[in-house]
Formats: sequence, C-alpha cells, structure tokens
Amino acid sequence: MSGAAFGYFPGCSGLGTSLEYERSTRAVCRELGLTLWDIPDWNCCGSTPAHTVDPVLSAALSARVFAQGARAGIRDVLTPCPSCLSNLRNALEHMEDELFAARVEALTERPLEAGHSVKSVLQVIVEDVGLDKVKERVRRPLTGLKTVPYYGCLMTRPEKIMRFDDPENPQSMDLLLQALGAQVLPFPLKVDCCGGSLGIPVRDSVPRLAGRILELAGELGADMVVVACPLCQMNLDLRQGQIRTRGLDYTIPVPYFTQLMAYAFGLGDEEAAFKLLAEDVAPAFSCMRRRAEEIKAEEARVAALAAQKAAARAGRGAQSRANGAAGGEA
Amino acid sequence: MSVLKEKELRVIGFLCNWCSYGGADTAGVGRFAQPTDLRIVRVPCSGRINPLFVLKALLGGADGVLVSGCHPRDCHYAEGNFYARRRLEVLKGFLPVLGIDPRRFEYTWVSASEGQRWQHVVTTFTANIHALGPASFSPDAPELEILNAAAR
Amino acid sequence: MRIGVFICHCGSNIAGTVDCAAVASKARAYPDVAYSTDIMYACAEPGQDAIIAAIKEHLLTGVVVASCTPRMHEPTFRKTVERAGLNRYMFEMANIREHVSWIGKDIEANTNKAAELVRMAVSKLRLNRELKPKSFPVTKRLLVVGGGVAGIQAALDAADAGLEVIMVEKQPTIGGKMAKLDKTFPTVDCSSCILGPRMVDVAQHPNITLYAYSEVDSISGYVGNFDVKIRKKASYVDWSKCTGCGLCTEKCPSKKSYDRFNEGVGPTTAIIIPFPQAIPKKASIEREYCRQFNTGKCGVCAKVCPTGAIDYGMQDEFIDAKVGGIVAATGYDLMDWTVYQEYGGGRYPDVVTSLQYERMLSASGPTGGHIKRPSDGEEPKDVVFIQCVGSRDVSVGRPYCSGFCCMYTAKQAILTKDHIPDSRSYVFYMDIRSPGKGYDEFTRRVQEEYQARYIRGRVSMVYPKGKKLIVRGADTLMGAQVEIEADLVVLAVGAEAAEGAPHLAEKLRISYDSYGFFMEGHPKLRPVETNTAGVFLAGACQGLKDIPSSVAQGSAAAAKALALLSRDMLDSDPQIASVNLNRCVGCRKCIEVCPFKAIQEIDLRGQPKAEVIETVCQGCGLCNATCPQGAIQLSHFTDNQLLAEVEALCRF
Repeated sequence: MSGAAFGYFPGCSGLGTSLEYERSTRAVCRELGLTLWDIPDWNCCGSTPAHTVDPVLSAALSARVFAQGARAGIRDVLTPCPSCLSNLRNALEHMEDELFAARVEALTERPLEAGHSVKSVLQVIVEDVGLDKVKERVRRPLTGLKTVPYYGCLMTRPEKIMRFDDPENPQSMDLLLQALGAQVLPFPLKVDCCGGSLGIPVRDSVPRLAGRILELAGELGADMVVVACPLCQMNLDLRQGQIRTRGLDYTIPVPYFTQLMAYAFGLGDEEAAFKLLAEDVAPAFSCMRRRAEEIKAEEARVAALAAQKAAARAGRGAQSRANGAAGGEA
Repeated sequence: MSVLKEKELRVIGFLCNWCSYGGADTAGVGRFAQPTDLRIVRVPCSGRINPLFVLKALLGGADGVLVSGCHPRDCHYAEGNFYARRRLEVLKGFLPVLGIDPRRFEYTWVSASEGQRWQHVVTTFTANIHALGPASFSPDAPELEILNAAAR
Repeated sequence: MRIGVFICHCGSNIAGTVDCAAVASKARAYPDVAYSTDIMYACAEPGQDAIIAAIKEHLLTGVVVASCTPRMHEPTFRKTVERAGLNRYMFEMANIREHVSWIGKDIEANTNKAAELVRMAVSKLRLNRELKPKSFPVTKRLLVVGGGVAGIQAALDAADAGLEVIMVEKQPTIGGKMAKLDKTFPTVDCSSCILGPRMVDVAQHPNITLYAYSEVDSISGYVGNFDVKIRKKASYVDWSKCTGCGLCTEKCPSKKSYDRFNEGVGPTTAIIIPFPQAIPKKASIEREYCRQFNTGKCGVCAKVCPTGAIDYGMQDEFIDAKVGGIVAATGYDLMDWTVYQEYGGGRYPDVVTSLQYERMLSASGPTGGHIKRPSDGEEPKDVVFIQCVGSRDVSVGRPYCSGFCCMYTAKQAILTKDHIPDSRSYVFYMDIRSPGKGYDEFTRRVQEEYQARYIRGRVSMVYPKGKKLIVRGADTLMGAQVEIEADLVVLAVGAEAAEGAPHLAEKLRISYDSYGFFMEGHPKLRPVETNTAGVFLAGACQGLKDIPSSVAQGSAAAAKALALLSRDMLDSDPQIASVNLNRCVGCRKCIEVCPFKAIQEIDLRGQPKAEVIETVCQGCGLCNATCPQGAIQLSHFTDNQLLAEVEALCRF
C-alpha cells in the first residue's frame, strides 16, 4: 500500500527522550512510501498524568488532537508511542457513549465528528505496508544478529481496545525483525511489565522489573532487546546502569525497531540515530558481523560438500548406466 | 376486552413446541422480563404454519406477527423448519403487494435452551412494532405509503 | 359443549402478578363456558379432585386449565380429565405462568393477557375432537451410544434385566475417559481395577453386542421402533482373526504415531492396541501414520501376524439394526487449552494437561508410572497445578464450572507426593468445590497431611527460565504476588461436550445447549429423559459430572429404558395427520414433504389418494401446511383449531 498518508502524532517523548524513535520512524516511513502530515498545533494525548486524575479531561485532550487533525483534513492518525495510541483509542471508544461525549465536548467546545482512527507505526508497517515490501527494501540484512523483541504491556492490550496481534504472545515484531534478516529468539517476557511510570513514585520497581527482562534476554544470548515504546526504552536503556548496580553483570543495547529498520534499509547514521541510545550498539553489531561471516563460511562449506556429493553421484550413475548397457550387450 | 389500550399492541407469535415454545418457557423460568403484548399460539413445528395463518392474523387486525422455530438442522422433525424458512421468506416478499408493511412480520430461530435470546427477540420485535405504531388502513398508514411508492 | 375453566394460582407464582379471580370471572362470559373458577394448586391432589368433581357436577365435556406450561403438566391434567370419564384430548391449557406471571410485574396487563390466553384455549377446545390412540409393537432392544463408564453401566443394567443391548463406541476400545485415569477420588482406588471387570462383563455378556471403532451413521423411525445404521470403521485388521497377541505392535516400524489413548505423552506405533486391558483387545491401524498407506511399501504387520488378520484393503462396513430405545452416553472432551497464550499456548513441553499427567502416573502408561518431565525425562520436584483452565472463564467462552477438576487436582497432588516423597505441590485455585460424600475431607487431607500448598488466585503467566518454569500468580488471600520456580506445570483443563456431540444430537432429534451438552426433558424432574420419546441420556454428555454421578445416571437411563421396553405394545400418539378422501386430489405433495415417509399413495376406485400410515406419522403437520386442498389435517392442530385461536385474539 504505497502512497498512503497519515496524520502524524509524535507524542511528547518524540520531541525529547525518544528523538531516535522519531527520526528513524520518519525516515523509515518515507522509505516505505508513507506520507506523514504533522497534526498542526498538537497537544498532550492525555496519557499518564491526566487520565489517572480525570478521564473526561484526558479524553478531551485526545479529542482536541483529532479535531486539530480534522481541521487539516486528516482522519487517520499514526503514532509511534503505544501509550499515546492507547489513550487516543480509549478516548474514541469512550466517546461512543453519548453522555460521556457530551461531557468531553463541553470542555473542547466543539463536537467530535465521526470516522476517526488511530494506529501504531508498528501496526501500519506490518499490516498496511506488509512484510514483503519491507523485505524488498532491505539493503543491509541483519544476518547474525540475535534479537529479542519486547512489546511492552500496551501495544496489544487490552485486547478489545487495541485489536492488534495476540495479546499474550504477539508475533508482529518477531516477523518484522526476521524480515530484516535478524535472528529472533523466543522471548517469554515480551509483554511483561517493565515498571512503566511506576518507576517515578516507586523508584525500586524499575530495577526489579526491567532487570528481570534484561536478565532473561542475556541468559538467552541476545545481542539486543528491540522495543517499540519510549517509556519501556527509557526504563531498559537509560536505567540500565542503575540495574547493573543491583546485580546485572552485562550491558545490552535497547534500540527501537525503527532504528534497526533504518540500518537495514541502508540509511545514514543520522536516521538510524544509534548514538542517541545510552548503551552502545557497536559491540552488538561487531558480534553480528562476526557471526554473519561464520554463517557465510558454513554455508559455503555445506554447498561445497553438496556439490562434491552430487558430482560423485553423477559419476556413479554414469558408471552404473555404462555397466547396465554393457550387461545388456552381453 | 383486548390488548390494553395505549399500552399494548396486538402481537401474535406462532412457536414450535419443541424449541421456541421451550425457549419461551426457559425465559419464564429464568424470570427474564418481557413486554406483555405477545400472545403465543403453540404449533408442533414451524413447518406446520400455513403462511395464510400469518396473513389471517395481519389482515384480522394484528399489529405484528412473530414466527419462531428450531435452529436450522436442529428440527425435532428433521426438516420442518427448512420448509418453514422457504414459505415464510416468500411470504415476507409478498406482504407489500397486499399493502402490509413487511416489518410487521418476522421469523427467527430460538432453541429450548435460549431463554435470554428469546427475551431479546421478543423485546426487540415488540419495540419495532411499537415504532411502527398500530396497523390501520388510514390514508397515512405506513402500509399505504409503501403501496403508493410501489404504484409510483 | 360445556366447558369448565380452572385458573391456577400456583401459590403466589401466578397469583402474585395475575388477578386469578378476575380472569375466572371474565372466562364465564366466553362461549360454551359452563363453569369457571380459580384454584390454589390445580396440579395437587385437592386441585385435581376439584376438577373431577366439577366435571361431574356441572356435566362438563371439556376442560381448560390456565396454569404453567403444557410441556410441564399437560400429561398430568389429561389423566385427570380421563379419570372423570372425558377423553384426554378434550382438554386445553393456557400457559399463564412461564408466559405471563413470571415475565412481567404489571398486574393489569398480566391479568388481561391471561384472560386472552384463556379465551384462545376455549376457542380451540370448542373444536377439539375425541382422539383414541392405536397401539403398535415394540422392538425390545436398546442402543447405547458411547462405551464410557456411564454407557457401560446403562448397558449392563439393561442387559442384566434381560434386554438385548447394542453398544456403539467410536474408539477402538471401550472404557472412555475413566480407563485413562490412574486412580479415582476420594478413595484413591485404582481406576482400571474397578472399571476393568465391568468392561470384561460388557464383552462377555450374552445380551450385549459391542461394536467398537464404530459410529452411528443415521437414525430414523420413532420410539419403540428406531432404525439405526452403524458404520464400522475400517481397522484394517480382521477382528474375527485377531487374537490381540500384539506382535504387530512390537514390529511396526512407524514409531512416531500420536498416541491418542495416552494423550500424546509418548509416541506409539501405527498399528495399536490402545492399552493392555482394552476391550475388545484387537489391533487397528491408524492410517495417517502407516507406512504401507503412505509409501505403499512396508507390510511388516501383515508378515508377522500369525493369523493373517491384516487386511489393507478393508472398507467401512454398515450394519442395520432395529432398536426400541436409545441411550446417549457420549461423554466429554477437554477444551483446546492452547488459547491460553499466557500459559505458553502449547509451546512449553513441561506444561501438561491433567489427563496427560494421569497417563504419566499410570503404571500402564508410557512412562511406566514414573513422573518424568517431557522435556528431559527428569523427575520433577516442584509441581504446580493450575485449576480452572477453561472453566469459569468468560473470556474464553467457558462460563461454567467443569465440576470435577478440584477433586482430581487434589488427588493428583496426593499421588505426586506418593510417587516422589521429596516433592512439593502447589495448587492455584479459585474456590475449592468439593460437595460430595467424603470430598471435602479429601481436599483437607491433601493440604494437611500431604502438605500441598494451596494458593487462592489465578496464574497470570508461565514462562521458561533455564530448566525451570516460572509460574507467576496472585495470592488473593495474602494480597501478594507469588512466583514459583516449577519443574512441571499441570493444567486442570476444563471439559466440554464430546467432539461431534451436536452432530449426534441432530441425528437423534434432541436439543443441545450452546456448549454442545444434550438437553434433558426437565432440569429437575426428567434428568435422564429427553424431549424425544425413547431417547435417554447418561453421563457427562448431559452436563459435566464425576464417576459416581455418571454411573448413577447410567443406571437411571437403563431403568427408564427398561420401563419403556418392558411393554409389548406402545400407544401411538393420536395427534397425527388424517386425509379427507373426498377432498384429496392425489397430487402427492404431502408424500414428497413428509420427513418420515408416513404417507403412501393408494388407489380408490381408480383415483390416486393419499393415506397416512398411522404408526409412522410423527405429527409435525408439514403435510397439512402443504396440502393445496386442505384435505390432510393434523388432528388436534387442524387449520380450524389454529385459526380459532388467531380469531380469538383478533376479533375481540
């Protein structure tokens, strides 16, 4: 589906803590032929702080985002952040209730028209663009890179709101990374809690919960934990040093899936933006290259062996045919 | 004496004994509240229903007629409801020709275990009939509008 | 005609929301009504006596009772009027309980509606005619579908009472789920030791014919005379020659077949005898795994068989049987638990079902009774049991309780300790449901004596970490999260109606609920009958139940079947079609639509006419609605009678 256009909602972290997600997302979408129109004068989606205090205010913030989009003629919104996605979706869902909608519209002072939708960047790439198209675009396959995908709690849940992939055992990012050439290890904690925003009031929760995820990734021998959520990324990457003081004995980079896509598509360092991560990806990539060479060598060895066998078989075949012919003559 | 004036409309149901009548019983046993308009005629099988019964009811002054039988493939008499389905579908198509709004007639399948489904069917159908209002053949009755539309 | 009307209060069930006296007084004005009254309990003895007295005193010729549903008490009141000397069909019921008093609270509307329903009944009754049943002979043979413990009990009881019994079982052996169990609760009796002799009894009983590896293909006919077609599936082994020596199963080179009997705990061969105590102990070939069928080359079993019983060319065989009654005892299957992705969805080998665990515990199972982890064959020390996997869970469409899981989980925890004394068992439960003789004591014993740790709460996630499985759940009594490092996880998977149950129900013309369980005639008072005369239910096919209840219901079904088939002749229902020969034009339309082939063409002085075969007609009335002449009429539901009911509503 090339040439599709979406209203783009970067979310607050896109301008700050997840600049690398933002940059790589824009670059990758461009490469895949998706047009992104920035929603003019967008505002907070109404996530964490607002929705814990006042659901109407939270929905009103989301409703204004849709209304701003509608002013620019945009109905279908795209956002990289699962938390924004969740809040925008929830707002649409709750506003189906007329009473609730009326309370929201009293705040926004304009009615929300029908026909809005919002999707995540991951969903659009996997479902709308398609993995075949992604595969075609790969210039630098990630052969030899061992990854574990980490979806976080919100990308597929609650099932009824998100309506994307399996809620407990999602596959979309697994398949996407495979399409890029990477090896994907089965990761049982792919939707486990990283601590989320609980890390702010309960400081200890993130090292414990995110630590568990990183520990298992390391045990499985992964080079990278690949994520799709700015908050997860922050907990797993930025606070990794803190987690190490609690017993984690290695480092592991935590890039966004869009960064790996940008790299595999052969885009520049500016787009892949790996240097904005806290943990260095260079050791992981050198591991990947070493393994890729080993794989190449092994493939060459197997091919040579097969050629040898085939040649031997052909020789024997010719011989037996010759024998058969000789027997016939006798 | 008839249906309660201002409150009820005349809604007649033809229900097969084995599934839908049982379903209506199950709804009763479960105390699933329903509108009081409907009066049920018990027949052995939905296939027993002559479409003329439905017409006789509608032309005789019923405001709505509901037929319910066993789910397809689950008929106590093996295939009676298949015949019913064909006959009643044809009947529905003919109602406008006779000047009757086809929305006044509905057929459905409810099994003996589906008390809640029966409640839903009765409530929805009765509400639909109330939305249409009492059947009459005054010039502005919906029936005649349809006839007029057909004539145009 | 002199009609008597009786409006039942049913205590406060009807009188609570219907003014019964008002209805009775309105009814006095209806045509032909000679007497009308309200009555406290019409069905009770004083009520019935009052009806009889009124019939005699007021010389009534027909009776209307307005009370509960005719599906409940029509037979009761028909007998009442018969006792007073009336024909039992000179009676009508108005359902003012299920269809009026129980579904609305508006007394004015209810009273009015009740009066209208009574008017309908009176209008119909005015056109009722006396009907007399005919009698027809009964086939004294019983079909039992399903050879689990319920079916076995029903078959043995009926056969011991002298009835001929045909048992049809779809698996190659009888025994059902009980044969797979190692022990039974609450006595921890050996399951096959108590079931085995019963299975042998079935095989040896002179009155029982067993068709294993067979299915019911079709059923026609009616109570007393069902015609059943049984499909004997091709086993590719001539069972008349097979001695069950098992040589073929030892030599079969295809050793990767799915072991159905052992729930896939270990692989098996393509030619199998399910288990040592199988009845019949005969071999059969699973075609999809057999090399002979897949590659055309093998034939090992044919070579080693000492009696030459192997027959690769065998075809399904059909057997026709005539029976008078049918017991359905098709049991249950486990639901597909792999929808639970949070428990691994089948990806982790050390997460097993309770039935798989049962096979591991069994000395005749693939592990020889040693509990071994499927992944590495090691003995587990920490075993976690998760209950209610697919029971009481609306999110997977299973709102019901499977009933027996709490008990077998407790049993399995005890057996785990017996097998591995230094093991620790953990049970995640929602509620412990143990009503039954000795049941609650049993679940206490497992906690107190066997130190199984019972944790009240659900498990949110199971995931592998190294060689262990981490089980994370809530302890709702402590209000805390718990994580257990387990070696083996056993899921108490919820049960559902056996595969194909709805299909059989359609053949039997009985109802089933949305989960595939067969509907009993009445939830309280007719638990083994169905609404189709001559068809009875036994065991879990009617609703999930444990072994003692299944056995009890098996006996109950046999008793009901015996009561039916002890009679030489049955009365046919006279509510059947009849032809008015003067109006019949011999168009044959009725013959074409009749699902029972109950109408035949006769020749009347050179004219073709239709004739109803009275004992075959089931009274559906399809022909009645089809006849263009109105010549064929269903007695008791004639066009005029039904239209009288419609008119009673429209005219007034």
